[in-house]
Amino acid sequence: MTLGVTRGVALDGIDGAVVAIEVDVSSGLPAFAIGGLPDAACRQSADRVKAASANLGVSLSQCRVVVNLSPAWLPKTGSALDLGIAVATLVTRDQIAPRLVEDVVHIGELGLDGTVRPVRGVLPLVLAAVRAGYPDVVVPAANAAEAALVRGAKVVAAESLARLLARYQDLAKGDPADDPRIAPAREPAPASMRDLGDIAGQAEARAALEVAAAGGHHLFLVGPPGAGKTMLAECLPSILPPLDDEQALQVTAIHSILGALEDGALVRRPPFVAPHHDASLVALVGGGGSQIRPGLVSKAHRGVLMLDEAPEFKRGVLQSLRQPLEAGEVVVARARGSVRYPARFQLVLAANPCPCGLSFGKARNCRCRSQQKRDYLSRLSGPLLDRIDLRVVVDSVGVTDLALPRGDDSATVAQRVRQARGAQEERWVAYPWKLNSEVPGPRLREAPWRLASSAVADLDRELDLGVLTLRGYDRVLRLAWTLTDLRGGAGAPTRDDIGAALTMRGQDVAA
Amino acid sequence: MGQHNRAVGRYGEQVAARYLIDAGLEIVDTNWRCEFGEVDIVARDGDCLVVCEVKTRTSEAFGSPIEAVHGAKAARLRRLAGAWVAAHPALARGAANLRIDVIGVLRPRQGRSQITHLTGIGA
Repeated sequence: MTLGVTRGVALDGIDGAVVAIEVDVSSGLPAFAIGGLPDAACRQSADRVKAASANLGVSLSQCRVVVNLSPAWLPKTGSALDLGIAVATLVTRDQIAPRLVEDVVHIGELGLDGTVRPVRGVLPLVLAAVRAGYPDVVVPAANAAEAALVRGAKVVAAESLARLLARYQDLAKGDPADDPRIAPAREPAPASMRDLGDIAGQAEARAALEVAAAGGHHLFLVGPPGAGKTMLAECLPSILPPLDDEQALQVTAIHSILGALEDGALVRRPPFVAPHHDASLVALVGGGGSQIRPGLVSKAHRGVLMLDEAPEFKRGVLQSLRQPLEAGEVVVARARGSVRYPARFQLVLAANPCPCGLSFGKARNCRCRSQQKRDYLSRLSGPLLDRIDLRVVVDSVGVTDLALPRGDDSATVAQRVRQARGAQEERWVAYPWKLNSEVPGPRLREAPWRLASSAVADLDRELDLGVLTLRGYDRVLRLAWTLTDLRGGAGAPTRDDIGAALTMRGQDVAA
Repeated sequence: MGQHNRAVGRYGEQVAARYLIDAGLEIVDTNWRCEFGEVDIVARDGDCLVVCEVKTRTSEAFGSPIEAVHGAKAARLRRLAGAWVAAHPALARGAANLRIDVIGVLRPRQGRSQITHLTGIGA
């Protein structure tokens, strides 16, 4: 044989594309060339494959090896194609029967001694292979449990090139391979999360958190340092419903690409991502040099993105959140091509009331000038705040709060949230959205969702007086629907719900 | 280059020349030097002019002889071939093609020399 063919998968966004790995060996000056837009890591695969097969007793030092990764126009990144290149090369050296590997997808990085090392993004790669009609996949042993999450995949775990070669040689002799059954990684016991019950006082903020969780509303918390804004936000994932199968698979795929996956288990809890305020734009929305990677907004997909000290973030970084908030995805455009990453997250902004943080109550200790105070929160103003339905002032906890009975714990609240989400799903079943927060404003103002004029009397008056903009009007309507769902109300929001929503929406915190 | 290596190299070139003659080629020139380096052997194979690089090793401990010819050296050979043709218009006349070969000579301590002949590496 001078030609060997097998399959690999190249990452393209968070999807994979099956790649035909063709290896041709001819006589000529010894060389090992890889074509098909490999990046630096992929090009160095040549050295790893040469060393690994030499240590197997198959020398390539006198051969002219040409590798083609087809489709050749698709950029290939990383080291996950090593194993496939090695296997196809072994086919050309008559070590492996061609028919055994022709339609098998190989994923893995090679060590110089031939060990097969784990790679990132195994879940999306295997998913892509199975979808493209290649259920047989060979993955690094360390990634096998993650690969087994994919339904329909026939996973073979490879520890080393030598073991894999022995397996193929047994198969060629007609011995059935006794591949151990690989069990999908078990979901780890839920890590202890912050519990809502541990928070003293803050009844108003807790209620707001519950509404935010129930309706998927974005949340803005303003309050002095130490009031518990961060703690409140950290509780949000504990009251959100767990991810369904499809969402879990997608979130796990993103975390797998980012190398943030623990034990290759499925991510069931909504992720919580809280970047520091000097995070760069690229870190947040994704991007990078030769290899485009998802950013933190995608890491927070189907979970919570919390921006603590939100006004301290660079303006451009804050502005970059508009697209994902609007579309639920980010498009990272680079000269080499653009990549689409899902980014449907719930945003929690937290801010001090002024740069020094002491402008609360009578603001006795605050030394900020009024100009500074106004500028501080207005950094957040405009399009970003427009998408935030809930604005809550979190006051510092007083002695009287400590004496109050403990509030509901997360499990209790989560139960109410689940029931409220059920009601929403039922109501919006015929529409492309699932949550009240996703309903376009005009829809709420027209039949059949238009409310009785008696219910919206207060709201209409505020609009009339110019206290409320039309966008604010829609926001109150959305909140009112969520409040109705939370109290288990069967019908439309009442005047009381609207009143409560008006309070919850709060005044424009940013002047 | 040490005395020994130079002697080995000369030996290899002689072995290679004999090998080419046995194969029916006609030696045109040997050890031609110019500013780019040295051409070991120029031979004629029918209407094809063959510029030949000879690599000699006494063991494979540091790789086979032909492995020593890598990308940069192959490029230099192409340049050298052009330079030789430019310097010898009379000898080059009548040759339809120009080919660059590499001959690897492995001369172990015991036994016969092994010759590896790669033809047309320039492509």
